[in-house]
Amino acid sequence: MSQQVVIIDYGAGNIQSVQFALERLGVKAQLTSDATQIAKADKVIFPGVGHATPALKALQEKGLDTLIPTLTQPVLGICLGMQLMCNYLEENNANGLGIFSVDVRKFLATQKVPHMGWNKIDNAQGALFKEAPSDAYLYFVHSYFANIGESTIAETNYGIPFSAALQKANFYGCQFHPEKSGDAGEQILRNFLTINLITINH
Amino acid sequence: MLTKRIIPCLDIKEGRTVKGINFKNLVDAGDPVELASYYSDQGADELVFLDISATAEKRKTFAALVRKIAQKINIPFTVGGGIASVAEARTLLLAGADKISINSAAIRNPTLIKELSEAFGGQCVVVAIDAKKVDDTWRVYSVGGAKPTSLNLFTWAKEVVKLGAGEILFTSMDNDGTKQGFANKALLQLSKTVNVPIIASGGAGEIAHFTETFRTSGADAALAASVFHFNQITIPQLKKELHTQGIAIRKTP
Repeated sequence: MSQQVVIIDYGAGNIQSVQFALERLGVKAQLTSDATQIAKADKVIFPGVGHATPALKALQEKGLDTLIPTLTQPVLGICLGMQLMCNYLEENNANGLGIFSVDVRKFLATQKVPHMGWNKIDNAQGALFKEAPSDAYLYFVHSYFANIGESTIAETNYGIPFSAALQKANFYGCQFHPEKSGDAGEQILRNFLTINLITINH
Repeated sequence: MLTKRIIPCLDIKEGRTVKGINFKNLVDAGDPVELASYYSDQGADELVFLDISATAEKRKTFAALVRKIAQKINIPFTVGGGIASVAEARTLLLAGADKISINSAAIRNPTLIKELSEAFGGQCVVVAIDAKKVDDTWRVYSVGGAKPTSLNLFTWAKEVVKLGAGEILFTSMDNDGTKQGFANKALLQLSKTVNVPIIASGGAGEIAHFTETFRTSGADAALAASVFHFNQITIPQLKKELHTQGIAIRKTP
């Protein structure tokens, strides 16, 4: 059965890459900012690169900041998308959507910032990482990171350990870019597409 | 651990790869999409495409090409060559490029760096700097190395980072084309001067040059063109050796 996959289009770039990655997996995803269309989709992808402030503003203007936390289908936040789903955002001293109860902080200047390139994930668990090689390298590019918390399902280290991926009920988030992470990233996207709520509820 | 990146660079003119790229197993090595896909399969960590087409009309071809590349490959790539405005950058990013690289335009108009960084985030703004040593100081050149400027490499690097650049691609004109190794001393000083990732470029001739630059220069990535295009070094061979030498590298099939 073909499913309806939507990519939330709120002007925060990078959506084309996500759409192409899904196309390579044989899925034609729709770009939309329409609340009704997002609410009825089977899978929702919430991408984002760039700054948190304009992204949050764009979400608010479209009423998506209140819609996203109420979604019940599998939702995947990528990079800034994931960060926006967290509690507190140091970048703009503002609250995120509060789905994942972790804070997003800036990397200390003891490391080169942004954290850019291929890094390993540790302690990966759950459906998202099924059949992804345990020593997979994934592509990261970010200056802010989500702390480790109870929703952490994969960790990465860059000076300090941080959340490479988060999950709470139907909400997933990954700090890396699965759409740019070679075969390992493709497997993770494929896993997300095959998640169903029965698996989640167990 | 964050791994060091290996980046093949492809020059593009009117939608085709330039120079006699020579691969027996490629049907059309002049086709950037096919070549990009080849390098990605070989384990390249990232790719850079530089458009050397002279006119704006031809650059439209480039945007269409960027889209085709983004459709095909699943690793990040940077595009550059003549980008001089936020609008031009937007076209290429929307076509699927991950980062844009600017060089002479940043020298002419440093504010462009700030505008790009504010519009798209510093993570996708690469400032390319060409420099060579003149009377013991590293002098920045513009227009593809043709025109000397009054800028010093290190002060200019500091400035571009202050304006929002997320990465620096430093080409040593003294080393470029020599195949004698990267400009490791200058790279190290650059790494100590700014706190963003640095791509070493110019001078790659053998595998040991990559090992050396990653060991001694603080570079986060190394870019090369001809050694890859002419099959003098293959990426699997390079990565295997770097791994053996204890350099953190993404293992690829």
